[in-house]
Amino acid sequence: MEIIYVYTRKRSEFGRPCSFSDRPAKVNVDIPPDPSMASDFILRNPVDSYVQHTSDMSEHEVNTERVEVESRGVNHVEGGWPKDINPQEVEQTIRFRKKVEKDEHYVNTITHLGTLMEHCVKQNNAINIYEEYFGEEEVAEVEDEPPSAKTINVISKLTSFFNVLLSKRDPNITKRTATHLSWHPDTCKKLAVAYSSLEFQQNTKDMSFDSYIWDLENPNKPELVLKPSSPLVSLEYNPKDSHVLVGGCYNGQMAYWDTRKGGLPVEVSAVEVSHRDPVYGAIWLQSKTGTECFSASTDGQVLWWDIRKLSEPTETLVLDVTRKGLLENALGAVTLEFEPTMPTKFMVGTEQGIVIACNRKAKTPPEKITSTYSGHHGPVYALARNPFYPKIFLTVGDWTARIWSEETKESSIMWTKYHLSYLTDGCWSTVRPAVFFTTRSDGTLDVWDFLFKQNDPSLSLKVCDEPLSSLRLQDNGCVVGCGSKLGTVTLLEISSGLCTLQRNEKTLATAMFERETKREKILEARHRELRLKERARSEAQETEVEEKPVESPHEVLNRARREFFEVIEVELQRRAQAETQGHGSASVFQVKDRAGEEAAAQGEESQLLKDKEEEEEEKDAA
Amino acid sequence: AEVEETLKRIQAHKGVIATIVVNAEGIPIRTTLDNSTTVQYAGLLHQLTMKARSTVRDIDPQNELTFLRIRSKKHEIMVAPDKEYLLIVIQNPCE
Repeated sequence: MEIIYVYTRKRSEFGRPCSFSDRPAKVNVDIPPDPSMASDFILRNPVDSYVQHTSDMSEHEVNTERVEVESRGVNHVEGGWPKDINPQEVEQTIRFRKKVEKDEHYVNTITHLGTLMEHCVKQNNAINIYEEYFGEEEVAEVEDEPPSAKTINVISKLTSFFNVLLSKRDPNITKRTATHLSWHPDTCKKLAVAYSSLEFQQNTKDMSFDSYIWDLENPNKPELVLKPSSPLVSLEYNPKDSHVLVGGCYNGQMAYWDTRKGGLPVEVSAVEVSHRDPVYGAIWLQSKTGTECFSASTDGQVLWWDIRKLSEPTETLVLDVTRKGLLENALGAVTLEFEPTMPTKFMVGTEQGIVIACNRKAKTPPEKITSTYSGHHGPVYALARNPFYPKIFLTVGDWTARIWSEETKESSIMWTKYHLSYLTDGCWSTVRPAVFFTTRSDGTLDVWDFLFKQNDPSLSLKVCDEPLSSLRLQDNGCVVGCGSKLGTVTLLEISSGLCTLQRNEKTLATAMFERETKREKILEARHRELRLKERARSEAQETEVEEKPVESPHEVLNRARREFFEVIEVELQRRAQAETQGHGSASVFQVKDRAGEEAAAQGEESQLLKDKEEEEEEKDAA
Repeated sequence: AEVEETLKRIQAHKGVIATIVVNAEGIPIRTTLDNSTTVQYAGLLHQLTMKARSTVRDIDPQNELTFLRIRSKKHEIMVAPDKEYLLIVIQNPCE
């Protein structure tokens, strides 16, 4: 047996015990006041100090968690039957019913209720209490209210949505631009938005490729997520079949979806035959099968596809303005425009600022390009035909928006002033021929009504702080959706004054367009004459003298001034003549319409006066 | 019986689509519609009638609900309540 000795000692008992002793106070440092330092200080008088007799408060923020609401249905089962009866058994229920019917109380009640009910039924049959007694009166709309628009919905992707579903992802979801919007053709309650990042090579690894279809009733969660292989730059619903959408991808492929089949594309075009650059424009064509579409991209090609066979395009066109069909000379296409009423013609807006009108049915490829319109300094971001006047179209690019007529190829017939920020997208109103919308890169939406004001937009709304990238009007003309650079889609409802057709609007708009077209034509003709003259003169002079005498700048200036004043005088004389005549002859100027309107206004006034006189006469007679 | 006659008469009026008799527990006793629709109408209108009755009583305790009419875009539902039974008629008011 071993004997083990264990020694234990408390840790606090280690070391020598402390021995405390008292010591008298000892002065260590004594610093006497130094009066010489007083000059470094200033006496502060008065001194502000505050006193408050309240209790201390602290501030806290509380935000309730968003409640996810889901609609579900419940199926009711027949209830209320007494315990001994099984509702599924027909015999038992019939027996029960017969028993009830034999009850005397039942008979009395039903007879009584029956008479009451008959009274009401007969009442209903006799007279319709909701009848319109005064027929539809012509509501004389004198819209004095200023045009306005209000936001009805803002759809933005919440990061919480991503956190819930895909918790592996990086919580900072890189924001992508909403590049294209397309409304559902029938219901207009659904909106398909294509999201992609158009910055060159800015795609980070975690940026999702998805685009969404939103249902307006539920702005928090998209109704369907479309998953292409590369982000979508443009997306369009098929106007004939509202379940089918076609999308153009960032890598140049085309893909089409069927919403009944889910989020993956049904078919994607082969990479070798697709575009080489992002597909900026994709539009459905009017065809019997309803499956044809065409696309344009900055690689200079326009390709036609049949979505049943996306392995190769059915037709191609190279946008070479010199009509040689060379890809090197081709202009990059940024927008595409197609009007279903003119199925063989379409227009392309290019990066170089030129709009090309093309004819699909031309025999040879060079002839496909019918005409070009140049006028913008930068890429033409939007191109739209006026739904009421197919010859008039709107282009939006650089800092202006321009209105063109197909006949005048030299320049636009009307244009806005140069804004401070880029114009990014534009479209015509579907109900009013004189109204169009534009979006700017400072986040403003402008509504232009050029029968009301030509120099400025009639309504300018700041939608958000980031640039707006796309715009789309719903078919009813009242709701417009704008997509921004950070992916937020805002829906605005326009005031009724801007989306109901005014009385003379069509005639006034027609008159205005014709007038401007005429003016441009005259200017074109004059330019042509001048050019011909110059050419003739230079040819004639070349045979005589080698060098043309160069006019000194002074002489040029004097000549220009003289000609200018001559032209003005002639115009003034002509105007005076037109005014005295009272109705316009074939004059191009605004005098025509103004004089016409004045005459109409005077006519109305005299009519009113006459009515008043008649009333007074009647009163006197009575 | 008399009940048969009354109900047949009501059903024969112009515009009447259906007639349902429901008891206090919500069990349809007599109906001219199919079972599932009847059950739906019975359950929902029963609750609505209870609510309407209690509303009328709350506002004025001496008052009583005699008749309930619900006019909708497509047709009019008329409910004649009693302590124990409910008579429901769905009519299409002619316009």
